[in-house]
Amino acid sequence: MSASYAVELVSVTKRFGEVVAVRDMTLRIPDGEFFSLLGPSGCGKTTTLRMIGGFEMPSRGEIFIGGEPQGYRPPYQRPVNTVFQSYALFPHMTVYENVAFGLEMRGVSREDIRRRVAEALDMVRLAGMERRRPSQLSGGQQQRVALARALINRPKVLLLDEPLGALDLKLRKAMQLELKQLQHRVGITFVYVTHDQEEALTMSDRIAVMNHGLVLQVGTAEEIYEHPNCRFVADFIGETNFLHGTIAGRRQGALEVTLDVGGTVLAQAGQDIGRGQPVTLAVRPERVRLSPGLPGGEVNALSGTVEDVVYTGVATTYWVALGQGERLMVRQQNEQIGAGPVAERGEKVTVSWPVDAASVFAQASEAQAQAAPEAGA
Amino acid sequence: MIETLRRRPGLQAALLIFPAASFLVVFFLMPLFIVVAYSFLERGKYGGVVWSFTLENLQRAVDPLYFNTFLRSARIAGLTTVICLLIGYPLAYLIATQSDRRRNFLLLALMIPFWSNFLVRTYAWLTLLRTNTGLINVTLMGLGLIREPLPLFGNDFAIILGLVYGWLPDMVLPLYAALSRLDPSLLEAASDLYAPGRRVFTRVVWPLTLPGVAAGSILVFIPSLGAFITPALLGGGKSLMIGNVINNQFLAAHDWPFGSALSTIMIGLMLLATLAYFRLVRRRG
Ligand SMILES: Nc1ncnc2c1ncn2[C@@H]1O[C@H](COP(=O)(O)OP(=O)(O)OP(=O)(O)O)[C@@H](O)[C@H]1O
Ligand SMILES: [Mg+2]
Repeated sequence: MSASYAVELVSVTKRFGEVVAVRDMTLRIPDGEFFSLLGPSGCGKTTTLRMIGGFEMPSRGEIFIGGEPQGYRPPYQRPVNTVFQSYALFPHMTVYENVAFGLEMRGVSREDIRRRVAEALDMVRLAGMERRRPSQLSGGQQQRVALARALINRPKVLLLDEPLGALDLKLRKAMQLELKQLQHRVGITFVYVTHDQEEALTMSDRIAVMNHGLVLQVGTAEEIYEHPNCRFVADFIGETNFLHGTIAGRRQGALEVTLDVGGTVLAQAGQDIGRGQPVTLAVRPERVRLSPGLPGGEVNALSGTVEDVVYTGVATTYWVALGQGERLMVRQQNEQIGAGPVAERGEKVTVSWPVDAASVFAQASEAQAQAAPEAGA
Repeated sequence: MIETLRRRPGLQAALLIFPAASFLVVFFLMPLFIVVAYSFLERGKYGGVVWSFTLENLQRAVDPLYFNTFLRSARIAGLTTVICLLIGYPLAYLIATQSDRRRNFLLLALMIPFWSNFLVRTYAWLTLLRTNTGLINVTLMGLGLIREPLPLFGNDFAIILGLVYGWLPDMVLPLYAALSRLDPSLLEAASDLYAPGRRVFTRVVWPLTLPGVAAGSILVFIPSLGAFITPALLGGGKSLMIGNVINNQFLAAHDWPFGSALSTIMIGLMLLATLAYFRLVRRRG
């Protein structure tokens, strides 16, 4: 296997008795990447991370770190370090002893340890805290000790399991930025577990979206946001409108979809979907334009009635009823003060979106993905 | 009334503590005080005391004759504690790492023998260990494995065996509590930071369970030091501990003040052991 990958998982499956926590996962993470595993609770993120760290062994498949197969190597023989969700700082040791632990276990000389601990604590801005116990630190400080304790070993890969989960929102935002900069500076590959999509979008070079032990899509923040490859990803990342319809054919390299609420729209063709297939169409609320009056023959334009208007500061959200119980959420940026809403409640409006703003998923393959999913990376 | 209490939390606490505190004073501190006070009095002819002050009892108690019994008792209690620790630690570890159901089952199994009377259980050991008629020697000789009976009875071996048997749960339970409180992710963190199993134990598990070790050791050492049923029955009347001497002073020699003086010295020793324990815990915590 190529050594240019920091971490490589090949067809890795992990079972706990009846439960399949990770299913036939194949992932390649290049050197120096900030890679996130994102998914809802119980989707197998922690299990994946623990297998890379050596705390769990795969039931099937192989894991490579720096091109080397890891087999059944225990954690202390792997060139990776972990930042645990609860930090797992040793309560009976000082900050200094905690950070020095890894070097000491590897028999690094006393002077080198002293120098490198000082550097590491400097790096996480904790100089002067050497003699404190973990219980005498704030949550954010403990988090940074955990980081220093792992990074001081200069691992090939740093594994982080929801490291910011215990912090309050403001501190979390600050730490996100700090972590990202730190990763840039040290150049170590980060594998980062989170269930917070915003956090993943903010920090990651690439993201793997998981559900039910499966990797559904791997890509940059923009790729998975703009071009989700299935309904789950579209739904999990950001906010999305779903409309139901049937494939009517192809036109100008795009798919033509007849919507259940009436009208025909064009959408980008992610997968090849045959004529007559029932599909789900996903459109981001901020890509939809809202204008008063009836449609004037432009593409992807539908008529509806404004049901609700919610002003949220940065933007105004409109709920537009399209008929047959389907509603569309439309978000318009508030660029000028006092511009007021474009439309009032009860008004007839036209909603429209560019062809490349909508993604189409076959409904059958969705059901399949829920029941007996195939691996798709 | 309630208003007054709300405004004065100190008074509220005092009132709440009062029943428990008075119980302790009457039934715990008073007897202790009486024992210490008796050590300084003269003996009555048929038990009891005569109210005149003397230091003679305490002087006699540190006489080599008795002091050697103290040392012997401390050695037996110390050995008992160490053996309990060596057996109890792995046992507690085993129990603490089981699934919930098996864990409860094992804890129950550990305690079931202690539902029967201590004296009865010690007699049971007697029937097993006795030199010529004990079950073990009879069986081994019957099988032709040994010619002479093994010296299983009437010596320190028998006493220590009986004490270990008697106090092992008192070692296991605090160790179990300490071990099950241990956060497993700390062990993973140590392993992740290049510590092989042996060093995970010496650097993380052991220091973090030290309070449990100390608590268990005290719970075993103190009753072993003052034991008198076990040495009386399994020591075969030859091997005595300080508990037997004290017992004799009260019940046979009717010398209450001297018995009290021996007890006072023993209480002093235990106090020292307990203080050492609290120092250890405070330094670690
Ligand atoms: N040791 C175990 N024994 C049995 N089942 C387990 C074990 N560890 C995890 N599982 C199961 O495997 C699945 C994946 O768990 P995992 O901890 O990887 O989820 P996760 O994505 O990290 O979720 P969360 O966001 O809640 O932490 C879950 O269904 C979980 O119940
Ligand atoms: Mg998890």
